[in-house]
Amino acid sequence: MIKTINNLGTTTIEAIEQIGRTFNLLLIIAWKIVQPPYRIFPIIKQVYFIGARSMTVILISGATIGMVLGLQFYNTLERFGSVGVLGSAVALSIIRELGPVMTALMVVGRAGSAICAELGIMRISEQIDALECMAIAPDKYLVAPKLVAGILSVPLLNFVFNVVAIGGGYFVGVILFGVAEGSYVNGMIDSVLWSDVRLGLVKSLIFGLLIMLICCAKGFYMHLGKYGSQGAEGVSRVTTDAVVISSVSVLFCDFLIGALMS
Amino acid sequence: MTTSAIEIRDLVVDYGTRRILDDISFDIHQGEIIVIMGGSGAGKSTLLRCVLGLKKPTSGHIHMLGTDICHAAREELYELRKKMGVAFQQGALFTSMSVAENIQLPLREHTDLDENTIQIMTRIKLDMVNMLPYENLMPSELSGGMSKRAALARAIIMDPKILFFDEPSAGLDPITSAELDELIIMLKETLKMTIIVVTHELESAFAIADRIAILGEGKLIQIGTPEEIKNSQDDRVMDLLNRTPRENNMDKDEHLSRLTQDNR
Amino acid sequence: MNKISIELVTGIFVIIGILAFTWLAVSVAGATFSEQPGYSLTARFTSISGLREGAIVEGAGVRIGTVTDIGFDPEAFEAIVTLRVNEGVPVQEDAIAAIRTQGIIGEKYINIIPGGFEELLSDGDEIYETESAISLEELVSKYIFSSD
Repeated sequence: MIKTINNLGTTTIEAIEQIGRTFNLLLIIAWKIVQPPYRIFPIIKQVYFIGARSMTVILISGATIGMVLGLQFYNTLERFGSVGVLGSAVALSIIRELGPVMTALMVVGRAGSAICAELGIMRISEQIDALECMAIAPDKYLVAPKLVAGILSVPLLNFVFNVVAIGGGYFVGVILFGVAEGSYVNGMIDSVLWSDVRLGLVKSLIFGLLIMLICCAKGFYMHLGKYGSQGAEGVSRVTTDAVVISSVSVLFCDFLIGALMS
Repeated sequence: MTTSAIEIRDLVVDYGTRRILDDISFDIHQGEIIVIMGGSGAGKSTLLRCVLGLKKPTSGHIHMLGTDICHAAREELYELRKKMGVAFQQGALFTSMSVAENIQLPLREHTDLDENTIQIMTRIKLDMVNMLPYENLMPSELSGGMSKRAALARAIIMDPKILFFDEPSAGLDPITSAELDELIIMLKETLKMTIIVVTHELESAFAIADRIAILGEGKLIQIGTPEEIKNSQDDRVMDLLNRTPRENNMDKDEHLSRLTQDNR
Repeated sequence: MNKISIELVTGIFVIIGILAFTWLAVSVAGATFSEQPGYSLTARFTSISGLREGAIVEGAGVRIGTVTDIGFDPEAFEAIVTLRVNEGVPVQEDAIAAIRTQGIIGEKYINIIPGGFEELLSDGDEIYETESAISLEELVSKYIFSSD
């Protein structure tokens, strides 16, 4: 019994330490990134890796979610004779909520896990120490480009997701179920405001930073956590942790941002 | 004028209540090859990490080329590191870059040299370690010996004043190990570097060392020329040299109780 | 993958993303970079219950403008609505601005019913004839409590 409480305390302290370290990393990088040397190409490379290469996943999931929404909303709206608002319903749901959240979760699964694992392996094979000993600051060299790329790529992916999803809803509603094209399109145009698009933008910017920060910190600082001495298995555990924590954080922040900005 | 490249004074490292390094003090002379040896858990890696600046000791000073590493600001430490080269135990080559790109990295980061010069300097160092034919391979395609040689080339690319070698012979066959030893001696003679080698291997140690420092249980047991070490009267040194297994001289009852005790 | 093709693909990705954003912002949300050609009119209502900024202004069922501002006059205790009417759409001096609801429970919008006068309103003028929002509760209570 005592042991359980003991463990609970240890776990909590570890968790708080990790949060502190992660936030610290963000501050350090924010400070360093405005000083030379400015490395642009690594950022481009990371935008390629995180953004461009996630396009397939985003296109497929976007279309699918759009179609699912189209289907579900149609079923419900039909009973009230209000299928004319299908366009609004789909567009608003996607732009305000599902777009940013689903995009973020896809990126976590695709890029976040890979980045965490990569940094974890570099840590345990002393590559990060090697950088330190070569007088190259590893946090700026390795982590900074990924953070910047996250902030840039995730919103862009979000917008592509939104467009494709609205198209998916259109496909189901107008083409399959015969909703009037005018209703769908104009309903959408009439009810979506700039504040909705802005909300989605703010969410995806924050999610992009959050995801990359958590995944990078987990891998980069793995030697300070409980998996530090576990080698390859440790890397896989840290990566799993990173994915879970990023995903939950995204969902929680989604609520916070929505509450604050409405 | 001091001929010490590195001065270690009263170094103490504690991990919680465990004392890993207990009051270590010695000098490393410029231009010498010094081998640091000791049993497992004697503190060699910790000592190395402290001297590299990767770990801050609990107390003590390490002066390298005029700067106290343990209390230096980050900028000072980085300036110092540009004059150091480190070859890690597993090579620690960056797996996303080719051998040549690995070696060039310090040049690209810290100098303004043009592309041609960088290529030439890379090739010179690759040639020194006999890796010239393999410059475009990726680290995953290299054998153990090749990785170590590539790591060495990367460590010397900036012509450092001080070179560190963590377990150069670990995992290598005797022939490759001997070739590496020759390489280390050549580096000292041609490039006049101060070289610090941490190793287990007795033969290599005696082959290359100007002086040997023996650590045991966190303390510096003895430091001297290979001759002096060979003739040492210290039990622990003799055990190490003769590869005597540690004796278990517990009495039978104590032994039995240790095996059957509930150790929680 | 060499340097040039990475940059190329990344560039394409960024362009696609920005295009998607632009489409969403401009076409769907109606964000405008410059004011659409047209003119502004004001109208006062005793109740605009439910009308929002950005609501549609319709004439003959066709969208002819947008509500750009909703203000309040504390002395007259009235709502002052500013609407922007598209270029070329005539609004007579005696036209009526009525607040209607889309469907039964839909959004509120302003319907312009044309008048008979020849004189047309121009930028800054006020529409005097207005019909305030019909509140469902008022209608029902009127019906219930009207004398039999």
